[in-house]
Amino acid sequence: MHSENARDSTLRANLFVTCLVDQFAPNVGMSVVNILESRGIEVYFPFDQTCCGQPAFNSGFRNDARPVASRFLDIFEETEGPIVCPSGSCVAMVRNFYKDLFRGYPDELARAKRLSERIYEFSEFMVDVLGIEDLGLSTDIDATYHRCCHLLRELHIDEQPAALMENVEGLTVKPMERNEVCCGFGGAFSVKMSDVSTAMLNEKLDNVLATGASTLIAGDTGCIMHMQGGLRRRGADVQVVHIAELLDAKSDLNQSVKR
Amino acid sequence: MKSSTKEFRSAASRALADVRLQQAHEVVYNGFHQARLSAASDTEDWEAQRTLGKAIKDHTIANLDYYLDMLATNVEKNGGKVYFARDAADANAYVREVAEKNDVSTVIKSKSMVSEEMGLNHVLEADGIEVVETDLGEYIVQLAGEAPYHIIAPAIHKTKAQVADLLAEESKSERRESPEQLTRQAREMLREVFQRADMSVTGANFAVAETGSIVLVTNEGNGRMATSMPRIHVAAMGMEKLVPSAADLSAMLRILIRSATGQRISAYVTMVNGPRAHDEEDGPEEFHLVIMNNGRDRLLRDNSLREALNCIRCGACMNSCPVYRKVGGHSYGWVYPGPIGSIVSPVLTGLRDGAKLPAASSLCGACHEACPVKINIPRMLLELRSQTAQGEPDRQQMASGFGERMTWKAWRQGMMSRSRFEGGASVGKLITAPLKRDGWLNKVPPPISGWTDSREFPAPAVKTFGKMFAERKREKNGQ
Repeated sequence: MHSENARDSTLRANLFVTCLVDQFAPNVGMSVVNILESRGIEVYFPFDQTCCGQPAFNSGFRNDARPVASRFLDIFEETEGPIVCPSGSCVAMVRNFYKDLFRGYPDELARAKRLSERIYEFSEFMVDVLGIEDLGLSTDIDATYHRCCHLLRELHIDEQPAALMENVEGLTVKPMERNEVCCGFGGAFSVKMSDVSTAMLNEKLDNVLATGASTLIAGDTGCIMHMQGGLRRRGADVQVVHIAELLDAKSDLNQSVKR
Repeated sequence: MKSSTKEFRSAASRALADVRLQQAHEVVYNGFHQARLSAASDTEDWEAQRTLGKAIKDHTIANLDYYLDMLATNVEKNGGKVYFARDAADANAYVREVAEKNDVSTVIKSKSMVSEEMGLNHVLEADGIEVVETDLGEYIVQLAGEAPYHIIAPAIHKTKAQVADLLAEESKSERRESPEQLTRQAREMLREVFQRADMSVTGANFAVAETGSIVLVTNEGNGRMATSMPRIHVAAMGMEKLVPSAADLSAMLRILIRSATGQRISAYVTMVNGPRAHDEEDGPEEFHLVIMNNGRDRLLRDNSLREALNCIRCGACMNSCPVYRKVGGHSYGWVYPGPIGSIVSPVLTGLRDGAKLPAASSLCGACHEACPVKINIPRMLLELRSQTAQGEPDRQQMASGFGERMTWKAWRQGMMSRSRFEGGASVGKLITAPLKRDGWLNKVPPPISGWTDSREFPAPAVKTFGKMFAERKREKNGQ
């Protein structure tokens, strides 16, 4: 619907990179930058950003989450235009859960609502906002895909990443059993209920390995860390990548621009 | 029923280590969950039906006093008696009184989760009354001396061999082998009890306010026998389980049954309209409806938890839940397991002890997606986490430890400034530098040490994204 704008080289996107990507997986952020810039979009990164407040909120510590979330509002209210974020979970926090976090705080509630109208998860931004499904890439990667929970069930983003992957020439996405079932990450859940989380992870990894794929693609860094950490402990030679890394011709993966 | 919600973690660990239980759990996903999915996809306007179901329940709960009053009036008009029970003890006292007044020696039961809340079987047994469950699954767990494992499939954790042993022991007859033989054996054993029971206690899947009816959904026919054979019928229901009209009932049955077993209609849907009338040939002489609160008013009063009263107890949330599928029904420590149980059990039995239940979720949302009345379970789990972590003013049920509270204070300090955020990243990088192996760590310190029990943890990146982006910008500008 906004695909006309996509060709407008002055379009700017504000990047909310998320605390996890910032500290543990900066390459995912760079891939988002590379992809957006390759489409002529200017990427602005508000340097003061840290976190949306989700970790404390999910653990029940709303009094600690709220000032961090307010700060997030302050920082991104300074920007104009779309906010792009390579995480379903963090977008869900802003779009779905700020309502609860700011209950009883009408000012922040109204501000959060306005902000949530211009924040997009990366694949959603590519397909629904920019109208781009084909990035003109080719690869010989043999992969499978995990449908991260918050993307799938909080944001109902499922067709967008599928479309983006489908248009990568030569990419094989092998079907995986129970690809909609949680990997057991769940933030603090993974350490508070480590054994339950591990049992869920093991089921997931068995299903991943059963596909025989060499690469596991997913859309949320927490889940990626979780599954990669489990695969490493098993000594399994499967790399877990964010969909933005897959779609970035400049990343270290074995893909290239067609023609 | 006594609550052991506090023991969630140790109970869960035991279940996780039990290979046979883990196999048994698969049937909830491969069987019930898949059956619900195909029933939903075979139903043309499934989403609209869910929306309608939610609207009916929202409306009913918003006007609960009005509809409860209407229900009571109409049950009495039909010749039944209604008792509003404050709590389990109050409900038990009423049922005991009915039994005593009528010299009851044998009670048959049709499946009722509310009677599990009451712990009714033990109460009646203590009075010397024989109590026999007639739902096959309930009968099996009763013989085993256990609580139901699942709200619609109480004995799902039992193997064929275990069932054979239990039935052989109880009937003091030859051990049978095949499911058909076992079912026949149970049928013979129960038939005899049906014939001599003086009183039945059933649940109610729904009560219809405008007609004063209660409705039972069963597949075994035991509900129909229990409501027609004994002299006295007592139905026990939670105060939320009613719908305004027969038309609403029809809408709710459509989604309940599909969500529970994937059937379009169960083998039996029994509607009870009070005791036997003068011109009727069968049915009980007395009909009593016990409507129980037992802490449900706490859900009703809390705007953020009220939606839990919309639950129609179909079990779809537990069938879809990857946590339930690992820890099983008994780990949850009270009557209602799984995602909805993690809301209802702590609120009804005590938040401080029950705080582990809302924590036992990865917030994956499968339950919300499965729920026929669209209850946003993850949202309420988060609500309860908040109430137990930092306390809720009028309940004072704070269950978090000092260390955890300090950890989040420190986290907050770190996130309130970019320089502290960068500083934290630098310190993390420094500490982990000598320990990491191609960017990963084999051990991490508390409070996140649980992670590395089974997973490697990523070492902080050499440069934060913020630094990488700033450098890139400088390079670009330099060009």
